Order: sequence, then C-alpha cells, then structure tokens
Amino acid sequence: MILKTLISQLLSRPATNRFPAKYMPKSVTGFLAKVKEGKAGIHPPIPAPPKFRGKIAYDREKCIGCQLCIRVCPAKVIEFKPEEKKIRMYVARCTFCAQCVDVCPVNALAITPEFLLASTDRLSPELIVE
Amino acid sequence: MERNPEGENLEYGALEEVFEVPIGPIHPALKEPIRFTFQVRGERIVDVQIRTGFAHRGIEFMGMRQGRNLIQILYLSERICGICSVSHPIAFTQAVERAAGIEVPPRAQYIRVIISELERIHSHLLWAGVAAHELGFDTLLHLTWRVREKVLDILEELTGNRINYAIPIFGGVRRDITPEQYPRVWEAIRYYRGLLEELLDAFLRDPTVEARTRGVGILEPKEAEELCAVGPTARASGLRKDVRQDRPYLAYSDFEVKAITPADYGLTPVGDVYDKIVVRLLEVGQSLDIIEKALENMPEGEITSFPKIPALLAHLKKAEGEGLGWHEAPRGEVIHYVRLVSGEESPLIWKVKAPTYSNLLSWYPMFEDQEVADIPIIAACIDPCICCMDRVYIVRNGKEETWTKEELLRLSWEKTRRMRR
Repeated sequence: MILKTLISQLLSRPATNRFPAKYMPKSVTGFLAKVKEGKAGIHPPIPAPPKFRGKIAYDREKCIGCQLCIRVCPAKVIEFKPEEKKIRMYVARCTFCAQCVDVCPVNALAITPEFLLASTDRLSPELIVE
Repeated sequence: MERNPEGENLEYGALEEVFEVPIGPIHPALKEPIRFTFQVRGERIVDVQIRTGFAHRGIEFMGMRQGRNLIQILYLSERICGICSVSHPIAFTQAVERAAGIEVPPRAQYIRVIISELERIHSHLLWAGVAAHELGFDTLLHLTWRVREKVLDILEELTGNRINYAIPIFGGVRRDITPEQYPRVWEAIRYYRGLLEELLDAFLRDPTVEARTRGVGILEPKEAEELCAVGPTARASGLRKDVRQDRPYLAYSDFEVKAITPADYGLTPVGDVYDKIVVRLLEVGQSLDIIEKALENMPEGEITSFPKIPALLAHLKKAEGEGLGWHEAPRGEVIHYVRLVSGEESPLIWKVKAPTYSNLLSWYPMFEDQEVADIPIIAACIDPCICCMDRVYIVRNGKEETWTKEELLRLSWEKTRRMRR
C-alpha cells in the first residue's frame, strides 16, 4: 500500500497549500516588504470556515460599558476605559475562545474570519481593537 | 576500548561493565522535558531512573488562587493539554456540574461526545505518525499526518478552532451542530472508514514496523494492573479497561462502548509496542462508530441549560459542594476534582490527574532489558504528555528532597486545617 501511495504521490499535487509564496523566498521579510509595496502577491490562504473564531470585531457605538466581557475573558485581553465607558482589546493576548462574544448583551462584539495576525510588535495598531 | 585498573584489555569484559546514559531533560528523542538515566550494559538496558518535574506550570494554583472565576478557569483547563484540549474541559465541566447541581441537556451531551471522539481520532492519528517517526519511518509519518488534516478541518468547521475548541461550558455546549454541517461530518466518517483498512495495512502488515515493534517494550497484563496503567497502554496488555465502559458518563451509556484490546483484531495481547499501535488504530474505528450512532440518534432540544452567562456566573458563585469529573481522554483516564464554596468565584480546591501520571510507572517494566536504540519508541509508546501531568519537584539549597507519604499526609492535614479556619 505504501509503495502504491508513494508512486501516486509523485504524480499528484502536494497536499499542503503554498502559503504565503509559491516558492520559498530568499528572505521572508524582504518578500513581505515587497508585498507591502505591491510588487509581489501573497499566494492566498485556504479560506476559513464561516464560523471561524478569528480576530474579534468591536462595534464601539453599540457598547454600553457593562464590563461583562472583562469578567469572562480568560486572558485579560480587554481593558476598560472608564472616562469613555468603552473597552480596548489587545489581540496579541487573545486566545480566540470568543466567550466575550457570547456574553455581550448588546452584540457589540463579533468574530471575524481574520487570522493573519502575526506581527513583531504586540502593540502594533492592527493588534489593538478599540 | 575500556581497560580495567590492571591495564588488561577486556574486550568481552567491557560488556560486563555498566555505563550510565542520561537522556533528557532536553533531548532530540524526547518531545517534552523529562530525564531518564539508563544503566546500560553493552546495548542492553539494565535499569532506569525517571525524573519528572521540569515542566510544572502550576495551572491548578493559577485556577485556585489568582482570582479567576470558573468560566476563566474552564479555558485555563483547556490549555493543560493541546492534544486532549476537549478532554480536560469535559472532565472539569462535569466536576463543576456535579458540585453545583447543574443538569446537561441530552443534545449537549451528544455534541460533547461527538467532539471528544473526533478529538480521539486526531490524537490517535497524531500518535501513530509520531510512532512512525520514532521508528525512523518518516514516510509513514507524513502519510498519517496528511490524512489527519481531514478531522482537524471538521473540528474547525464545527467549533471554529483547529485545537482548543472552547466547546463545553457548564450546563451544556457553546455551539450546536447545524443541519448544513451534518453532510460534512458524514463525509469525513466515510473518508476515514475507507482509509482505516489502508492504515492498518500500512502499519501492521509492514515488515519494518513489525521488526521494530514486536516484542519491544512489553508490559505484562499483571504489571499493567499492578501499576494502574490506563487507556491504550493498559488495553494493549489485554486489560478491558475503559472509563466509557466501566463508569459511563454523558451519553456514553447509549453507545455501549466496549474496551478494545488486540484480541479484537485476532491477536493474543502481548503488551508490546505493536499491540499499542493495534489498539490505537482500532479505536479510530470505534470512535467512528460512536460518532455515527450519535449523529443518527441526536436528540432535539436545547444545547445549554444556562443560555445567559451572567445567570450562570451567579449560580456558580452561590454553589457549594464538591464534584468529581472523569473522562476517557485519548491517552487514558483524566480526573478533575473541584470543591466550590459559596460566595467565592474561584474553587477552593481544583485537582487534575492527567492520564500520563498513571502511565509513568509502566515505563519501568517496559524499559527492562531493551535495546538502547528502542528508547525513543518505548518512551513514545505510552503517548506521554509530560507537561499535563507534571508535579512539583523540590530542590532546596541545591539538594533534591524526597518527601515520604507520611510527610505529605501531615502537610495535607495542615492545609486542610488552614482552609477550614
């Protein structure tokens, strides 16, 4: 069986998705800089399923400042801003359990399928939701 | 060539000498930190000492004493083990539900069973791949892990995460299986049904695998029983021991789970590594059966008895009592003990026993009189999860300390008195 599979493997395409580039770039950071400049394109990732737990989206207008999300968050992601009665989320700490989404009484929080969150700076603007 | 003090060349005599070979705590053959010290004569292992305690994370303490409430601890318990990431929450929620007197609706029980059986499939396939890798058969590792992706995709579809599913919550589950998702789960079941025979063929009828695993790391049934081995480690020795069969919980009594031993494959159980492969691969089939039955007989109704989380938190804060939760994780029996006091958000006591803790001692008879080259596969064959089970190791003034049973008992009495005050 193994031999049969191995030989058929020679003729079939790889099972893995070639992400982020079709061929390994010489320098990954260089490649990503090129992507930012628009000179190169990212080989697309496999789309996430519809109810994927990705980065949390926050609807500022809906939020009533009840702080329930802060009570249930297991990773202390959420910080309360008392003067505005709104919250700030540090996505770098998030464990993507989406318990805050379940607990929110006014549906101000929602899960999004966004998962390309890697960054060298944990306080970069993309990783702070407010 | 070793020479004895008289300076005489001992070509055969050298084999009589016993050498010490330390492996670990950090070693390429090990996936997690643990230290084995082997006494080796020639290529044979004479004796072994095992030391744990390199990766104790104090998760129980974090849960008990750092002001977390039970919902936050639920996600902490999920992170005890990355592979058994639904087994620990299932045991923990059961313990808390017993302590607080919370009922779980039947549909939620079925969903928990389905997720935990899917997890068993992915864990056993992962182990089979690791075993192939430890044997030096990396082709098989890549083939096994390629087919494992399917079950991870299904778990991602059903729960939203590939691992750390965040599905059980006290009183039910957080996500229902929607009608659109059924066909995808059925498709995955058919995929693995067709594949199982191929996997059995690739692992069990392969001369290389057989030569490397037959008669290696034998755990006699008597030893397995005496050392309280659990899970596939015990079942490979022919013990019909399975928590799902012995003390059914959740909806498992509906499926009449029977513990699988190599006898079900027409083999006489020996308890070697080969038998452990047999048991784990057959359990993939068993899990498929359970998921099929669960999908067919899925009851309608609520998925949680506490749809409002603030109400759940208030109920848990009032609750007082103790509870024990158990679950057959892919590696064996996992137990969580919880004691709640009313008015406190965190539990007074939270005790976790991960399956590897019970299986550690079975390493001693397994290593006895084995080849040095077989150390990686024997170490891997109980599917060890060192961080999950690790305990405190006391080193004071640079010296290791051993505490006897009497001293530990005295300490636990003192602690109980302190807490009653």
